[in-house]
Formats: sequence, structure tokens, C-alpha cells
Amino acid sequence: MAIVTTPKKACAINPLKMSQPLGGAFAFMGLRGAMPLLHGSQGCTSFGLTLFVRHFKEAVPLQTTAMSEVATVLGGYENVEQAILNIYKRAKPEIIGICSTGVTETNGDDVDGYIKLIREQHPQLAKCPLVFVSTPDFKDAFQDGWAKTVACMVEVLVEAPPAGVERDPVRVNVLPGCHLTPGDLDELRTILEDFGLNPSFLPDLAGSLDGHIPDEFTPTTIGGIGVDEVAGMGRSSWTIAIGEQMRRAAEAMQAKTGVPFRLFERLCGLIPNDEFIAFLSDISGRPVPAKYRRQRGQLSDAMLDAHFHVGGRKLAIGAEPDLLFDLSSMLHEMGAQVTAAVTTTQSPVLERIGTNEVLIGDLEDLEELAGTRNCDLLITHSHGRQAAARLKIPFYRAGFPMFDRIGAGHQLYVGYRGTRDVIFSLANLVIADREENHQPAPDSWRTSRRSLKPGRRSFVDATEGSMA
Amino acid sequence: MSSLSATIQKIFNEPGCAKNANKSDAERNKGCAKQLQPGGAAGGCAFDGAKIALQPFTDVAHLVHGPIACEGNSWDNRGAASSGASIWRTGFTTDMNETDIVFGGEKRLYKAIKEIIKKYNPPAIFVYQTCVPAMIGDDINAVCKAASQKLGKPVIPINSPGFVGPKNLGNKLAGEALLEHVIGTEEPDYTTPYDINLIGEYNLCGELWQVKPLLDELGIRILSCISGDGKYREVASSHRARAAMIVCSKAMINVARKMEGRYGIPFFEGSFYGIQDSSDSLRQIARLLVERGAPCELIERTESVIAREEARAWATIELYKPRFAGKRALLITGGVKSWSVVAALQEAGLELVGTSVKKSTKQDKERIKELMGQDALMIEDMTPREIYKMLKDAKADIMLSGGKSQFVALKAAMPWLDINQERCHAYMGYIGMVKLVEEIDKALFNPMWEQLRRPAPWEEVAKNRQTNRMAQIDVQAVDVAADPETTRRAKKVCFCKEVDLGTLEDAIRSHGLTSVEAVRQHTSAFGGCCKRRIEDILTKMPVSSPPAMLQAAE
Repeated sequence: MAIVTTPKKACAINPLKMSQPLGGAFAFMGLRGAMPLLHGSQGCTSFGLTLFVRHFKEAVPLQTTAMSEVATVLGGYENVEQAILNIYKRAKPEIIGICSTGVTETNGDDVDGYIKLIREQHPQLAKCPLVFVSTPDFKDAFQDGWAKTVACMVEVLVEAPPAGVERDPVRVNVLPGCHLTPGDLDELRTILEDFGLNPSFLPDLAGSLDGHIPDEFTPTTIGGIGVDEVAGMGRSSWTIAIGEQMRRAAEAMQAKTGVPFRLFERLCGLIPNDEFIAFLSDISGRPVPAKYRRQRGQLSDAMLDAHFHVGGRKLAIGAEPDLLFDLSSMLHEMGAQVTAAVTTTQSPVLERIGTNEVLIGDLEDLEELAGTRNCDLLITHSHGRQAAARLKIPFYRAGFPMFDRIGAGHQLYVGYRGTRDVIFSLANLVIADREENHQPAPDSWRTSRRSLKPGRRSFVDATEGSMA
Repeated sequence: MSSLSATIQKIFNEPGCAKNANKSDAERNKGCAKQLQPGGAAGGCAFDGAKIALQPFTDVAHLVHGPIACEGNSWDNRGAASSGASIWRTGFTTDMNETDIVFGGEKRLYKAIKEIIKKYNPPAIFVYQTCVPAMIGDDINAVCKAASQKLGKPVIPINSPGFVGPKNLGNKLAGEALLEHVIGTEEPDYTTPYDINLIGEYNLCGELWQVKPLLDELGIRILSCISGDGKYREVASSHRARAAMIVCSKAMINVARKMEGRYGIPFFEGSFYGIQDSSDSLRQIARLLVERGAPCELIERTESVIAREEARAWATIELYKPRFAGKRALLITGGVKSWSVVAALQEAGLELVGTSVKKSTKQDKERIKELMGQDALMIEDMTPREIYKMLKDAKADIMLSGGKSQFVALKAAMPWLDINQERCHAYMGYIGMVKLVEEIDKALFNPMWEQLRRPAPWEEVAKNRQTNRMAQIDVQAVDVAADPETTRRAKKVCFCKEVDLGTLEDAIRSHGLTSVEAVRQHTSAFGGCCKRRIEDILTKMPVSSPPAMLQAAE
């Protein structure tokens, strides 16, 4: 349906995109006792660290190989070696995850080779898994970094089960996309457990970045899935992948262990959750618990209540492909028109978004499109707040980073319950905006008929106002 | 790159730096930046430093030449405030892709500059060089020069690839770029004998505006603030100031010193954190201006303003002193703040248990000793684990630091206050000092802390339950000794339910029950695990012929 276009401009203005190595490091944060390490100059890590801390309001483990100018010219072997040894000594991690950056990809550091050499030189590291992912800054985006890293974790850490070993019928693997919050993972875990299933999440940010208070200080991640548990994922009966970005990891899992997978492109909305719940009922052989029958009813009712407010809205949305697809599809199904859609990187789902055109661009593009096409609702991450203020339209924050509001880690989008909550908050935002900015006045009919200028919606609002 | 390394060498030779002055020539050439440690380093790179030093110029377009990481991951993350222009908040980057890496990014950079001028028409563009274009040899100096000539706008190259060093070096590289390309290139509309420059002041949270009214009242004009709430034209004409105050010496000492050398602008290092320091700074400004030809009465007027402000601030702070008695603070910050904030906290009656001196100069340390006494705990390098332990053991009542270490304190359930760049309160001048004290008070006495430090109820319950169980076992032991049959009957059949053997036996006997289901109907035993136990009891029971039937027959 949608045509995917890329703008022809030399300068990205107000970037929507974040770099690939951050996505990779983020995935490592879902492993227990992990230390993500960016192979690049100090700033690469420092920026990422600040970004994660501002979003989660949590201490975030992230290290750097601190490449200097000289090291960059001569090659970064010594820096990688020193970094690994230092981390191993100081932080005592259960795993070190290494992502390359623009600097070390440009000079062509062979990190896989380095790791081999480091293992030979330092036998004490034998039991410490070192996982390397190539994630140049100048290619792809945050979501790709995550996807690549999870696929790499599967390839390196999951063990192929020996022949003849029986699969555990209640054990399932879940490969969540980076658009899911720790809150979403908690919700999914509850749903799966309610069907008597025993899920292993890879990566599991719910255990590491859900804002709990540990008893002891630790420099590595707290919680998350353990390396031992990852190794045993080949014994599960099913793999559930969430988001198109996880296809590669799910395929890797199947290729290595033979565990079949089912990919759910989205989990926000009524139909996607029907499919999900039906699937769980199917694989678990259990009837759908009363709780979810109730929740489905609640969601249906929420949709009924909200469609007056969401229906007909001209939506401008900027997000990474899977989140964009998920949220815009849900709102499209609620009667909103996806009028401006901007994303960061290529993905097969983009073509299927219910709109004419999806632009791989930046927030300036989104703002321009939203302005010229009279959009009256903006959804993107926190960097979009300036655009929303200039456009004077309601602004809903979704995605990463969300640094100007608290509770980002616990936002819930998935499941009947999550969808219901998203719909309520969005509709309330629209209602509040109408009350604050679009009360009908004696002249509102007159002026509105004369011109429907960009950003003016008084005609529509006057009718909506009388309806509500 | 050769000119960049020459610039860096020049910075290392900075005579205005006290630390540097004490070094031998050979040592000086090595530079002051400590070798960064892979796997143990934290903090920003040179590009980060350059960007944060200059971004508070509010009417300039800041264009980052590099892959998405450098700007995409970092833009829009500092709370400097602007009195008008807002283009500094817009993120501009060339977002270099693979093709640019292979064929060079200069053309894209030139086009980007052109686009910005066409769309936004800012008075100037600052172009930041980052690691990747520096590696592939993009000559941003040449591109900027060509763009300036062709497009008729100042386009300023800021040569600051991240890998040349840490943040602080980047601050100085930014200063060098200003000295080379900006300062002295324009003339102010008019000058007064009261014109000053503030250097190394970034107007975070609008802090500068807490002090500006006092300067306004005294008739002192901030000709240029480098770079808080700054405008391009102001910094370009800043060479006409009569005096300068350097607020953050670590960042821009090179700018202050070179402006003194080139344009004869005397400077002093001061701080607006803390009452005493604010007063001293105002005095120094007045003194320097008078020395440069301002009327002498300025000093008197300044003294009267100081007296008034101090009295007002002291009166407010006095109210907090009794509340702060015996409260201890731990200060983890850097540079000038390691002592200027100490002074402020002591004025409020807090006891300082330690202050970090990681980024402090020798002079800074001297000042700390002056303020805290000879055995002041000066923390060179403290790991988060050590800080956590210190707080957990309640060796301090509150920690003041930058945002990145906040969770070390908060997770130890200790009060914490942000005094670095991401904070959302302004602590400058007399008003700011009162605000700081207010905030510390709010943090220290929040009733929440008491709740958070309490253990969860189940931890208490668990403890109680354990005690109870122990007691029960004791009682049972006594019972066994007294009457074996009672004890046998009182035995719980199963761990899940509170059904004892006696009750089951009685039920079976009186109703003549034969099946597990029937037993369950007559007793409260229904758990799955009881089943087998009940079966056992049924088989063991001597009366299997139902007494109920016998009764009926009778």
C-alpha cells in the first residue's frame, strides 16, 4: 500500500534516528551480569549512556574501548584487549557484549580476530563469553543494531540440543523487538504464564531495566536472562518473535535448534492480540482464561468509547519501523488517518502501513508533512516535543528516547490491557486539547468556513464539541 | 590534521593554567589529559566538549559533520536557556552514510551548509568535525572557507574529532576556534566603560539570569557571555570589553588569557556559587572596571548592593541552619564546583564529608583545604561501588553530584541532588544559593526516605513465622513426651492444609467413609497432595466396614 521514499537532502535536521551500536548495546542490557562495550572513542559510549539514563532513569552499564587518535591509526587490538581485561577484573561480568562503531568500522578493525587472539593470550577469560557484533554508525539504525545483536546472541550462545532430547512442551522462547518496553515484557510474561507456559525472553529487559532496587550495588546489568538459560533455549517447544525485526533471530534459532517459530508483527490492537491469544491457547492446549475474555471485552468497549475522539484524526507519526507499523496500524483500525509517517530505516513492514507514503527521514520532514497536511495529532519520541509545540497539536510520546517524562520503562502497549490503556491515554489527550484550545466561540463557524489553514481545525472541533 | 595537532600542542602549553606552569617542558608537551583507560573510562570526548561549550550560542546553527551517532544520540540534551533565538535547539547533522565514507563527505557537508542557510538563514554556522570524517580526511577548514566565501555567511570550523582527547580538551578546542575565526571579527554598535565578558558560563537552567539583574542594577553590561545565551555578533565583538570574568577556568582559560594578550582585557577567575563567592566576584568585576577607567563610585555602589543581597540571603538561610545541624554531605563533582559549592554548603551549616577532586586544579585543591581544613577528604577517584557503600553505611546524609551517578545514591535510599548540567534548578548567585538550600532541605527531610528504608512486611512476617515455628516445635516436643496418642492425632497430614490426622480419622470413623472424595466432603482436606495421604489412612484404618450401616441396621 505505502510507497517508501527517501528524501534527497544533505543535512538531517532534528534526527529521529539513533545509531546502530546503541541498539546493539541495548540488547546486551537484557542479559544477566552483562557489560556492553562499545569499540570506539569515548564519546560514542558517553552519549549512549546519557541517552539511556535519561530514558530509564536507571544506572546503566556501558563501557568504552576509549580509542585515541593513535590507536585509531594503529588499530584497536590493544584497546579491545585492555578493555576486556579491565572489565573482567573490575566488574566480574557473566558476559561481555562488544559492538563496533563508525570509528572502528572505518579503520577496519577485525574484532573477531582480536577476540580469538585475546582468548589465546588470556586463558583466564575462557569461561567469560565474548560476543561481538558489527554495528557501524554510518549504516542502518537503532532497531537494526538490536536485531543483529539478538541474532548474534542466538548464533553464539544458544546450544543445539543433542539428538533425541525431548523438547519441553511448556517452555517457549520469546524474542521481543526493541520497541517493547520492560512493562510490555512483564505483561507478556504474565499472559504466557497464565496459559501454563514457561517463557524465556531474549533479551529480557524486564529483569534489568524495570527500575527495581537491588540489595547490592553492581556495575553490570542486574536481572535479565542468564547465559545458561539462553544456552538451553533449544529445548523449548516454540519461539515467539515479536516485530518483523526479530525474524532473523527467530530463523537463526530454528536453523540451529529446530525450534519452530511464529512471528507476530504487532501486539497492539484487537486483532493481533486475538491471534496471539488463540495461538497460545493452541500451543498450550488450554482454554483462554476468563481474565483475557474480560480484557478483550474491556478493549472492545475502550474502542467504542474512544472512536469518537480518535476517528478521523489526521495522524503524524515518526518512529522506528516496527513501532511505527504497530501504533499506526492500531490507530488506522480505530479510524485515524495516517497522514504523515516517517521512519529511520528500511523494513518489509513499511509497505503495509495504511497510508500512501512512508518517508525514511528526520523530524523536520515529519514536522513539514504534518504542517502541510493539517495533521492534528503527533506521535513520536521526546525529541518531537518542539515540533508539536510549533504545530500546536496534541503530542503523544512513544518510543525511545522518552527523557522528558518519567515512567518510560513501564509504558504498556501490548496485550488487550496495554492496547486499552494506549487508546485511553491518546483519546484523553485529544479531549484535553479540544477543551484547552478549540472551544467553539461565536465566530468559530464563520472563520473556519472562510479558510481551513494549516493547523486550524475549528470547523471539525465545533462539531465534535457538540457531540461530546 | 597537522594544524589540529598544532592547536592541541598550543593548548597543552597554556601558561594561564597553574597546573601547567609547574611542569617541565617535556611534561608539558605530553599534555594534561590523562591517558584514557579502555574498559574503565567514562565521560565525553573532545567533540562532546566542543559542542557543549559552544551550543549555548543561541542564534547559531550547529552542524555536526559525521555519522548519525554523534548528533542523533546526543542532541537536545542540555538545559541551557535562551532569551530569544532558538535555532541552537535544532539538531543539524550530515548523517554520513557508507557512500560518504568511501567517496568522502566534503560535498555533502557543503550542500548541508547551503541547505541550512537557505532554510534557516542563521547569522553563522558552526561546523563540528567528528572522528569518522577526520579519519577519511575530510578537510572541514577548506569546506567552511569555501562556503563562507560563496554563501556570504560566517561558517566556522570547529576541529574536534572525539578521539583526540577528553571533553575538557574539546572545550579548549572550541575556544581556539572562537579565537581564530570569531572573536574580533565585528565591532559592537557602541561601548561603555562598564562592558564585561563572562567566559565559560553556559546559562544552564537560566542561571545567568539570577545574576544579571544585579549587574544591570550596577549598570554593568555583559558585552558577551561565552557562551550562555550568547549571540554570534556578541562574541564576534567581544574584544571590546573592558574586563572579563572566567567562570569555568577548566573549560576556557585559553580564551580568557589570549584575549588578555591580544586585546588587553584583564580577567579574573570567579564563581557565582555561594554567597561569599558571588560577593567576591562582583567586587572583582567592579575593581577591574574601575582600573580600566570606570568611575570609582562603581565600587561603592557594588558594596551597597552586596551588603543588601548578603543580608537578605543570610536571613533566609539562617532559618535552615538548625535543621541542617549534624547533617553530612558528600560532593561528587568536578573542577571549580569542587570548592565553590563547598563554600556554599558550609554557609548553610552542612558538614562536608568529602569532595571529589578528579577534575580540579592545584589551585582548586588549595581552596578546598582552606575551606575544609587540612584533613579534608579529597576523593581522587571513587568507584560507584565505594560511593554506594559509603552511602549505604550512612556515612553521609546526602550526595550532590551529576546525573550519571544519581542512581548510586538513590538506590542506596539516600537523598541526592543534581548539581551538574542536567539539573533543573538554578543555583547561581544569592537567590540560587537560597534555592540550593531549599532543595537540600526538601531532599533531606522528605518523609519518603523513612518508608523506603523500612523492610518489606513479609520480611518481618517471615522472621516472626520462623520464631513461631520454632516455638511450635518446642511445644510439640513437650506434648510427645506427655501423650503419644494426642501427638499422633495432632499430626498434620499434609503441608498445604491444616487438617490433622485425628480429624480425618474421626470423620472416617463416624461417617464410615471409604473414598477420598467422601473424606474431602466431610473435612477441609481438598488439596491434590492430600489425596495420597488420605488413601493411606483409609487402607490403614482398622474399621473398613462402615459403622454407619451398622448403626442403620441397629
